[in-house]
Amino acid sequence: MQGKENKKKSFFSIPWVQTITASLICILLGLLIGFIVLLIIKPENAVEGISKVLKNFWNYNAKRQPKYFGQTLVKTVPLLMCSMSVLFAYKVGLFNIGVAGQYVIGAGASLYCALGLGLPWWVCLLAAVVFGALWGSIPGILKAYRNVNEVISGIMLNWIGLYLINTILTQVKNPTGKDTYTVASQNPSALIPSLGLNSWFGNEKTVTIAIPLAIIIAVAVWVLLSKTRLGYELKATGLNKNAAMYCGMREKFNIILTTAIAGALAALGAAMLFLTDSMQWECTQSSVPAMGFNGIAAAFLGGLNPIGAIFSSYFIQHITEGGAQVTTLGYFSQISDFISSFIIYLCAFVLFFRGIMSRKPGDRAGRSKKGGKQA
Amino acid sequence: MSEYAIEMLHITKRFPGIIANDDVTLQLRKGEIHALLGENGAGKSTLMSVLFGLYQAEEGEIRKDGKVVHITSPNVANDLGIGMVHQHFKLVECFTVLDNIILGVETTKGPFLEKSEARKKVMALSEKYGLQVDPDAKIEDITVGMQQRTEILKMLYRDNEILIFDEPTAVLTPQEIEELMAIMKNLAAEGKSILFISHKLNEILEVSDRCSVLRKGKYIGTVNTKDSTAESLSAMMVGRNVNFHVEKQPCHPGDTVLSVRHMSVASKAHKKMAVNDVSLDVRAGEIVCIAGIDGNGQTEFVYGLSGLEPLAGGTISLNGKDITKASIRQKSVGGMSHIPEDRHKHGLVLDYSLEDNIILQNYFEPRFTKHGFLRRKAIREHAEKLIEQYDVRSGQGPITTARSMSGGNQQKAIVAREIDREPELLIAVQPTRGLDVGAIEYIHKQIVAQRDAGKAVLLVSLELDEVMDVSDRILVMYEGEIVGEFDPKTTTVEELGLYMAGAKRKEM
Repeated sequence: MQGKENKKKSFFSIPWVQTITASLICILLGLLIGFIVLLIIKPENAVEGISKVLKNFWNYNAKRQPKYFGQTLVKTVPLLMCSMSVLFAYKVGLFNIGVAGQYVIGAGASLYCALGLGLPWWVCLLAAVVFGALWGSIPGILKAYRNVNEVISGIMLNWIGLYLINTILTQVKNPTGKDTYTVASQNPSALIPSLGLNSWFGNEKTVTIAIPLAIIIAVAVWVLLSKTRLGYELKATGLNKNAAMYCGMREKFNIILTTAIAGALAALGAAMLFLTDSMQWECTQSSVPAMGFNGIAAAFLGGLNPIGAIFSSYFIQHITEGGAQVTTLGYFSQISDFISSFIIYLCAFVLFFRGIMSRKPGDRAGRSKKGGKQA
Repeated sequence: MSEYAIEMLHITKRFPGIIANDDVTLQLRKGEIHALLGENGAGKSTLMSVLFGLYQAEEGEIRKDGKVVHITSPNVANDLGIGMVHQHFKLVECFTVLDNIILGVETTKGPFLEKSEARKKVMALSEKYGLQVDPDAKIEDITVGMQQRTEILKMLYRDNEILIFDEPTAVLTPQEIEELMAIMKNLAAEGKSILFISHKLNEILEVSDRCSVLRKGKYIGTVNTKDSTAESLSAMMVGRNVNFHVEKQPCHPGDTVLSVRHMSVASKAHKKMAVNDVSLDVRAGEIVCIAGIDGNGQTEFVYGLSGLEPLAGGTISLNGKDITKASIRQKSVGGMSHIPEDRHKHGLVLDYSLEDNIILQNYFEPRFTKHGFLRRKAIREHAEKLIEQYDVRSGQGPITTARSMSGGNQQKAIVAREIDREPELLIAVQPTRGLDVGAIEYIHKQIVAQRDAGKAVLLVSLELDEVMDVSDRILVMYEGEIVGEFDPKTTTVEELGLYMAGAKRKEM
């Protein structure tokens, strides 16, 4: 308006640089605090402990490394999908805390189709998508028509989902334990195919096409949000429901569609883990799987960008796996969870650090002009 | 002691792509009403935000009573006795009027709020200055006018000495404006110093002692108001002479485009109908204006017409086609354009870029969407064309975030979007609210051009000058009903005022 300003933009004022820097600061702070805790508990092993966490599969000899790298990737898949679910809803203005419940539904639907109904793997994946979408749309419907806060309904649905799936999967439980049967033992056709991919990872059986598929889906989410008409509509609805209504968008439908897509993503993630036999469902579990909540962390650590989430999801899974190894050094096994959760909780500060960086010195309240009258 | 209550000396404030204030000096004498005049985007609001501690200036200094002060936040400004009524109100929607007034300076008894003293003081102030409010009504339920009175009371409640009014009259009725002018004179007479930001020249001439003018971020000068005329001030503000009167040819109405019969819309605030049995026609090539005091059902009438609110009864037809039950999208595609009353609530997605806002009403058309993908190149070209054609100014062109644009340019973007669609019927609600003379002149020209191109125009306005100048036929709305129809050439503002206030009505 008053002519272009010729001042050169600083490197740190570029948004993506800010996001990456903020994420890295969180990671470093988290590791530092983890290291301090290790120091307090057992000073002589602290350096080795933190390096074990960071090394993860590099702790093994070169021959076994690909296998363990593969295992980390397998578990990254559901985390990435959960973070996609959170991120997608967040971009449309919704906080999908129901991601854990949608993940549970995905696990239940896919495992029941695989073990109970003997269906092939792709039908099981499809079932997870359909039931995840239906489950996810419940908070959307409540929000659109009854203005129920999606956080409240999401949390409640998490518990309903958990016990529902525990009940259903008990029918396909291995009588010798608490877990469901392995897919391989009952219906090998329900295992997601590897198509030779596992030969690159020391023939690790759980490495399947789920890994590239998850990355493709993450890229697809990015494309959907930033390039398509649907993404434009959904984001507009999330940012200003009234404007969306004014220009004739079906704002209620858009909210429901968003939660359905988010639910489908999380449920698909669960199916992509359980249909590899990487782990079985424990039918007596009484807490909602942490995977969903870690998905929230991964989404934020990745700067709310689908491509960033690929890296942040991998990193979180990497240190989680690495953390499991410090028990050999005389630390409590919970220490690994502690370190990774510290980094995860610091993820919430990514936005905070970004805020600090985008502030100019001497312009402390520069953002307060944002608040306009909304009436 | 300095003769100035506040001095802002050589203030420079930069934003990305824009120098909002370039070496601006403003000196406010004690007990005077000092007007700050400038077009939208001239830097008035920025300058006031610097004074109020919302922004820090890169250069220059602020003095209070001759002493240099550093206003680092609104709290510091408050401590210095500076109060401000913002252009966009800063009220908590779900709190009551009283709660909003005492917010931040609550009186307490132990851990509990003690509101009875506060209520007495608020009621006393309210009575003393004629600022009528309902202290127990929630902000979201009251009219814009009452919201503003709440803002003014907020300032008075804090015993502020320096009062900043940022475009206070933009949302008031003529009577309310007169009352406000009287209040401001009272306040000045009591020794309070007032900064009055406006681009309504007649108000500045009426109420202020001196006037400082900004243009494109630069300080143009300060004049004594009694030595000035509307022409001289506007020339200073715009840098050229402005034509105040809308020039238009006589109207030649054609076929009926919009036909509304017995329309009723339920009210959210009370049990009565907000719009009660309204029937009207708008013909091609004429501008029909609905005049009335804010809150008499005009908003709800337009909501009902556009589909934002359901009808309680009645029918609407467009070009002979019944569209009573059509969706918003169907009406919009069918030739209805709508410049909404509240540009932030309905008109724009503030966090979207300018170009994404420009395609808000037609993003789904094949020229902008192919196989579900947005055609970014076509969108950019379209946005650039409209920006150029309608002179929408912004920091970074099509990719500017709408939120960072000035109000006038936000409005221009909406006007561009709605007119460019070549509608059969253009509904314009308060299209010039809060805009400067340059932009008003421009938007009026556009509306008249639409009429001359044979479109039907329905204008809803609270500004009587606008009503008289632009329209071909005037309908007055009072308490949800049409109480009179007038020809602007044969009626007077006073006559309209009587109908608007409910003192007279015609049998329709």
